[in-house]
Amino acid sequence: MRSARLAAMLAATWLTALAPAGAETLEEKIAPCLACHGENGQSETVNTPSLGAQTAAYALIQIYMFREKLRTFDVMNEMAKPLTDDDLRAISDRIATLPAPKPAAGPVDAARLERGRALLEKDRCVFCHRPDLAGAENVPRIAAQREDYLVKTLREYKSSARHGYDGTMAEVLEPITDQEIRDLAYTIARHK
Amino acid sequence: MTRMTSLRTLLLTSACLGLLTAAPAFAQQPAQPLPPGSPLIGQPDTEAAKKLAPVPGPPLPTAADKLPLDKLKVPKGFKLEVYASGMPNARSLRLGDKGTVFVSSRLQDKVWAIVDQGGKREVKVIASGLYRPNGIAFHKGTLYIAELSQISKIDDIEDHLDNPPKPTVFYTDLPKDEAHGWKYLTVGPDEKLYFQVGAPCNICMPDDKHAQIRRINLDGSGAEIVARGIRQVVGMDFQPVTKILYFSENSRDWLSEDFPNDKLNRVMHPGQDNFGYPYCHQGNIPDPEFGWGHSCDEFVHPIALMGPHAAVLGFRFYTGTMFPAEYRGNIILARHGSWNRSKKFGGDVVLVKLGKDGLPLDKWDTPAGPGPGRKDIEPIVTGFLQNNNYVGRPVDVLQMNDGALLISDDYNGAVYRLSYGAAAKH
Repeated sequence: MRSARLAAMLAATWLTALAPAGAETLEEKIAPCLACHGENGQSETVNTPSLGAQTAAYALIQIYMFREKLRTFDVMNEMAKPLTDDDLRAISDRIATLPAPKPAAGPVDAARLERGRALLEKDRCVFCHRPDLAGAENVPRIAAQREDYLVKTLREYKSSARHGYDGTMAEVLEPITDQEIRDLAYTIARHK
Repeated sequence: MTRMTSLRTLLLTSACLGLLTAAPAFAQQPAQPLPPGSPLIGQPDTEAAKKLAPVPGPPLPTAADKLPLDKLKVPKGFKLEVYASGMPNARSLRLGDKGTVFVSSRLQDKVWAIVDQGGKREVKVIASGLYRPNGIAFHKGTLYIAELSQISKIDDIEDHLDNPPKPTVFYTDLPKDEAHGWKYLTVGPDEKLYFQVGAPCNICMPDDKHAQIRRINLDGSGAEIVARGIRQVVGMDFQPVTKILYFSENSRDWLSEDFPNDKLNRVMHPGQDNFGYPYCHQGNIPDPEFGWGHSCDEFVHPIALMGPHAAVLGFRFYTGTMFPAEYRGNIILARHGSWNRSKKFGGDVVLVKLGKDGLPLDKWDTPAGPGPGRKDIEPIVTGFLQNNNYVGRPVDVLQMNDGALLISDDYNGAVYRLSYGAAAKH
């Protein structure tokens, strides 16, 4: 496991260099976030969400949960630890101004796309996430989110491995199968 | 950094060094017309009305001077003031023997104590690291805490407010479902703990571990089912004279805008009563899927319909003498307010007037709204709902020893005090 240890050391160095603690301006504080989540709102990092045009209210809830360890992911818990309430508000507001991510490219499986679309209606995703999937207030934008992150997140909500701020997503996913999760993610990631 | 796993580190490090990349891409899809049968058809065509999402409220509590007191309305002679603030997602309220007010939360991990010393109030965290600790009860010096899937206690809590021990877990025979997994907790006149196990879904066929009210002895032994066929209990109290258990119940979502109503129920036959879920809603609407082959008359009717998707939560029988005589013996109940409805309903604290039989004055199936509504449900505190948006959401009520009423607001993380008469004047 030498490579893992090396990776841990690298990450430690990186975190120390970029940690928000002591950073002065908002741009300095948000720089380490964008290093993984993407400078232009579009994440190019595996299993890591694009933040572009995310609703400020949802972003605030998530960073708050990371700080309070209500949502556990070690890197994010460490990053959020030194942030004040005002930092949380400022960073969330700034995230909301990042450009919206672009849909996934490549050849499209039209039948699969349509399956996902039907599920978005049937499972009432569009009620809360809105017909354009741009979200509203505490409900996140999901349009053109990374497909791998969507699959991971939906599975985690279904198994309660990820705790939402409230239990809505666990309830919504109760009757949804893994194949449906993959179809939903496929379509959402390609939403215009 | 110490708790970082090497796998996550490897992924993140590699990713941030740019070793794993995905090309950004474009795929334009034309906007699709709504398919036949889409639940969006018939939606009011305004931005505000299209929002049909649960409203958990901001995670950071509202500062005391920013609380919406100026928007909240009370009847003549009453006064509403801030009792304490700074408790994000403040939910259930309980009173200790020595005057401590205990406050739980559903979405946060804490339970607080509000200590009043000569009008100067201090908020202390007495337990943290809990998971959905909505249910709290106080009995003979002990604070009981019901989390999503376990119940614990802290003995002699009021003697240890500054340095409380960790809660001792004594009951864990509970499902771990997130949906309706959080608990309401109270102690009955039989000195047993009462709590619910809700349905693990909006609408589904629950197994025999769900959709029920249970009671256990104070040490966790002797579990019994008190009532069945219950989607989710969100408030319980015992009528002070008859000792009959009353409870509020939230009905299913997505059936329609105006139905079903949430319910107020009472348990006349502990161990036998079935309140109809998932077969029948609000006592007279068979479920379109599960209702086939059943009649609503197989089940115990509610004693009152409390409004469509209104989210009726905490309530108490008022026994104090501070409020006008018409309040005594009647129910004061918080309606958190709907989310599953285009035009939101509720967001108030109401008085439910009861007759000598312990039943509300109107017939049980009289609608609570929208429309003319009932004559036995009177608003006490209104204004939490402004222009179809919440500025606050009432959760639980608590009668203090002087007869004043505390009201929790989970949207703002605050507790208000409602008083009347001379006590309301400075």
